[in-house]
Order: sequence, then C-alpha cells, then structure tokens
Amino acid sequence: MHKEADIRKPLILGDKTYRDITDDIIRPIESKAPKAWYILILLSGILALWGIGCIVYLLGTGVGVWGLNKTVEWAWDITNFVWWVGIGHAGTLISAVLLLFRQKWRFAINRAAEAMTIFAVMMAGLFPLIHMGRLWVGYWVFPLPNQFGSMWVNFNSPLLWDVFAISTYFSVSLVFWYIGLLPDFGTIRDRVTKPLAKKVYGILSFGWTGDAKAWNRFELVSLVLAGLATPLVFSVHSIVSFDFATSIVPGWHTTIFPPYFVSGAVFSGFAMVQTLMLVLRKAYKLEAYLHVKHVEYMNIVIIVTGSIVGVAYITELFVSWYSGVEYESYAFLNRATGPYWWAYWSMMTCNVISPQLFWFKKLRTSLVFSFFMSLIINIGMWFERFVIIVTSIHRDYVPSSWTYFHPTWVDIGVFMGTLGIFFTLYLLFSRYFPVLPIAELKSILKSSSESYKEGFGHGKGYWDKQLEH
Amino acid sequence: MEEKVIYAMYDDDDVLKQGAKELVKKGVHVADVFSPFPVHGIDPIIGVKPTRLGIAAFLYGITGTMLAAIGLRYFMIIDWPMNIGGKPNFSLMDNILSFIPIFFEFTVLCAAHGMAITYLLRNKTLPGMPARNPDPRTTDDKFVMEIRMSENSKFSNDELTKMVKGTGIIEIEEKVIK
Repeated sequence: MHKEADIRKPLILGDKTYRDITDDIIRPIESKAPKAWYILILLSGILALWGIGCIVYLLGTGVGVWGLNKTVEWAWDITNFVWWVGIGHAGTLISAVLLLFRQKWRFAINRAAEAMTIFAVMMAGLFPLIHMGRLWVGYWVFPLPNQFGSMWVNFNSPLLWDVFAISTYFSVSLVFWYIGLLPDFGTIRDRVTKPLAKKVYGILSFGWTGDAKAWNRFELVSLVLAGLATPLVFSVHSIVSFDFATSIVPGWHTTIFPPYFVSGAVFSGFAMVQTLMLVLRKAYKLEAYLHVKHVEYMNIVIIVTGSIVGVAYITELFVSWYSGVEYESYAFLNRATGPYWWAYWSMMTCNVISPQLFWFKKLRTSLVFSFFMSLIINIGMWFERFVIIVTSIHRDYVPSSWTYFHPTWVDIGVFMGTLGIFFTLYLLFSRYFPVLPIAELKSILKSSSESYKEGFGHGKGYWDKQLEH
Repeated sequence: MEEKVIYAMYDDDDVLKQGAKELVKKGVHVADVFSPFPVHGIDPIIGVKPTRLGIAAFLYGITGTMLAAIGLRYFMIIDWPMNIGGKPNFSLMDNILSFIPIFFEFTVLCAAHGMAITYLLRNKTLPGMPARNPDPRTTDDKFVMEIRMSENSKFSNDELTKMVKGTGIIEIEEKVIK
C-alpha cells in the first residue's frame, strides 16, 4: 500500500469508505433532480434554441448578416472559436498532464473537466463550419478525390492543420473520457434498480467486469492516452495560433504566439473548470471531494499561466517598439490607445492584474472570491482574442478603409446560443453521468483521505501497521 | 465446458492481496480478481502478465506516420504540386517542415484510436455486452477472488475451501459455470 506523508492535506475529507464514495457520487443520478436543475436547463435550452435559430438564419441568408465589413473580415466568429478551443484545453490538460505527474488532486475535477472539454470543442468546431457560409460543402476540408481537376486541399496551410488538429483533439479527448467512464458506468449498472436505467447503463458500461487484467490494461491505456494527449494539447493551440502567426498582418505575425496561446488556453480552461465545479460541488454536495485545497491548487495554476500571459503581452509591446517597424509599433499603440482601448484595458485588467491577487493566501483559499475571479478571467480571455483579432485589422494600410466593428444581433445571438448549447449539454452530463471518477477516487482513498490518515474506525496508526505487506 | 469455481469475497484490497499471496505460496492458482478499482501489486502475485497494448499503440502510431507521409507525398508532390509562396513543391524532403503538424496529428489519431479499439476488443467491452462480474458488489466496495477447481487439481475441494477461509474472507461461494 502506498502511503503519503501525514503532513499533506487530505484530498478526501470526512469518514469515508469505499461504499460512501459510490453513494455520494451516484446519489444525484438516482434521486430526483432539484427544481433548480429544471429551471437552469429550461433557460439554457431556450438560449440554445435561439442560437440554433440564429445559425439557421445565418446559413439561409449568408455571412453578411454578421457585422463584418471589408476591413474587419474576421471578428466574433473567430474570437468565439478561439475562446471555446481555449476553454476546451483544461480538461485534457488536467487529466493528461496531471496524470503524467501523478497528481492525485486531479480526481476531484478531471471527469467534469473532460466533459467540459468535449462540449467546448464542439462549440468551437461550430464556428469555422458556419463561418464557411456554405455549410453543405464543409466536407471540402478533407482530402477527398474530386472532379475539380483533382485539386487537393493545401497541406501547407495552418487552416487545414487546424482541421486535423481539432478533429484529432476532439476524438481523442472523447475516447479518453469514455474509457475512464466505463468502470463508473459499471458501478451504476450494478446498483440502480429501475429496469430502464439498468438497461441503459448496462449498454453504456459495455459490459465492464473489473477483473485484474482489465484494470491492468485500463491503467496502461490511460497512461499512454495521457502521453499522447499531452503533446496534442500543446499542438492544437499552437496550430490555432499559427492561423494568425503565419499571416503578415501586423499584430498577428508574432513568433511568441504558440506558447502565449497555449498558456492562455490553460488559464481560461482552469477558470471555466472553477466556474462549473464550484457550482456543481454545492449543488451535488461534493464538498468532501472538492474542497479548498483543490481550489488552491487550481488557483496556483491560474497565477502561473496568468503571469505567462502577462509577460507575453508585455513582450509583444516591447518587441513591437524594438523592431523599429512603424506598422508593427502602430498596431500595438493603436490597441492600447486607439478606439478599442476599452477592450485592451479590460483584457489587461482581467488577465494580468486581477489574477495576481491570488498571491494572497486568504484570497486564493476563498471559494467565493475564486468563483468571482473565474468569471472575470473568462471575460478577460474573450477580450484577449477579440483584441488580437479585431484591433489588428480594423486599421489597415489605407486610412480610408479604417472602420469600427459593430456586432449585429446575429453575432450576439450565435455566441449566446453556443453558451446555451454548452450549458444544456453540461447540465445533462451532470444529471446522468458520474461527475467524479468513482473508481479512481477509491484508489486514492487509503493514501490521501482524512479517514485513513486519521485511522477512523480502526484507531490512529492502524494503517501504519498494515504497511508491512 | 462446465467447471467448478470458488468465489471468495473480501472487503478490503490489502486483505485480499495478503490472502492471494498466502494462497499462491501454498501452490494455489488464483484465476482472477474482480475489484472496484485497480488494486496495485496484485498482478505479479496472481501471475497476470503486463499488457502489450503499449507496443500495439506504438505500431499504430508509426502506421499513422507512414500513411500521412504517403498521403501527403501523393497529394502535394506527385499528383498536383501547388506553388504556395514559392515553397518547394517538387520533393517531400524539401517540403517536409510544413507537413510536420499533420504527420504528428495523424500519428496521434491512429495511435490513440487503434489502441482504444484494441483495448475494448481485448477486454470484451463493447456496447451491449452483458456484465460478467460474479457479484454486483464488486463494482462498489467488495473484492472477489476467483479460484478454478480445474486449475487446482492437486487439492481437494475441502482443502481448498479451508485454505481460502483462512485468509480473512467475508463470504465464500461455490458455483458451477459454463
């Protein structure tokens, strides 16, 4: 038996046994949903339908219904795309990177974060698709034999790399998530009594048995998938940043983009995990499994990535001046002091200044403050993408074509709609799927729970004696 | 083929591990262990060999790299070379830098999915498969050891039961399985 130092804060609080873990996590699935759940899913469902309506209107009429013009030809659509992909990074990062580093606190958040990843990447993928304008020829992004002179897609283009990167990331994350879910579906299958639920969870569990060989394979598959997913996380957002970095637009063609985008993605992803998990924890009474220590760990990741992002912003400013290229310098001067100064300074305040408050232990261990900060960071990271995309192009080389971008109701509607779809999916997930990994929490019970550290039920020191074998 | 099997149930993973160790030392062959979570260290005791899925993943991965290389060479070099910003379009090696992202993505795609599919097939976990754990409590908080009579022919039924009972079990069950 592996035992960790007693000085480490326990990850599972209270006098918990294996049975308690099963009970605590399956309870929300077995019992009736609270009224708040119905209200929330109704609201997000309405928002989702509104968004779908906007998308149908957009596809029927054309992308002209967005506020784009001849100068600003990329705006909210790509901003939303990058924002959602960024959020979609924390899930796999939490599961994969923290698994490689054997961080046991990941079990409090990994399942829900992976679900968040999958839904966020779905929302992200929607934007390039609808932004094509002609969704029905969307399959042209794949290298298919065709009758147009056998033209192939351009494999030198970062936009095509994006197609491969996002689809690989989505499908690998989905598989990673589902393979982890199988044992937990098995637990639910063997426990529920209603015949329909038993049947459905039986199918979902794929007939999981939990024999020694299966667990042996399970652990290796998780490890190798984590090893594959970790560079994938880095590659996906690097490739998203190449969409901008390989162009020749001042403000976009910056070599710092790949690391800057990756840390920004982790930053916003962790913020979104906190927004969702702090609510889930309260609603489903998971305080024993996700407590201040976990939130503190997440806040430390937020300070680190937020500071990397801050250094990147300042480096960009410095290099634009140091380069001596007047267009480059102007692009950044215009960002900070031009018509979009409010967006730039919102970004700076939300992403660079406010996370530094987490240096105070009192603040980073306060759940209310953390929740508030996570919202601020989500907003700040949306502004970051907006600032990069719109302020770099709204004033180009010909002053007569300088413009200001105004979103239309369709721009806003589609974005709100994706929020609606995302929350609808997330609420369904939290109602019918185990929101914490049951099997894995049991595997850390003996090493990291308060009940075993204190020796509840057996008296202190009991487990030290058991260490002999 | 009908076979007699003893299922011994434990309520703690360490007790089970200790019990398995004692039984194996006496020459009993433990066929399998069913547990709600991975019991670390049980595999060498009951003789479960390390899985070779990692090797399979590597093979799927290099297959992916090769497929990507063959595909990109055909699309971009042989069939329809495109002049994009003057980048070399006449040989794979000269153009390979801008193909690396796709090589990488395709390698990961093939390795991950190949391994996942092999994993599901080898575990016989597929949609609609019936649950084959001997007791529904083994996915909750109980641990079950499976001992097959046919694999322990040197012991009599009673001897085996007696030995198993001495390892801190909470329940024992004899079953005839097909």
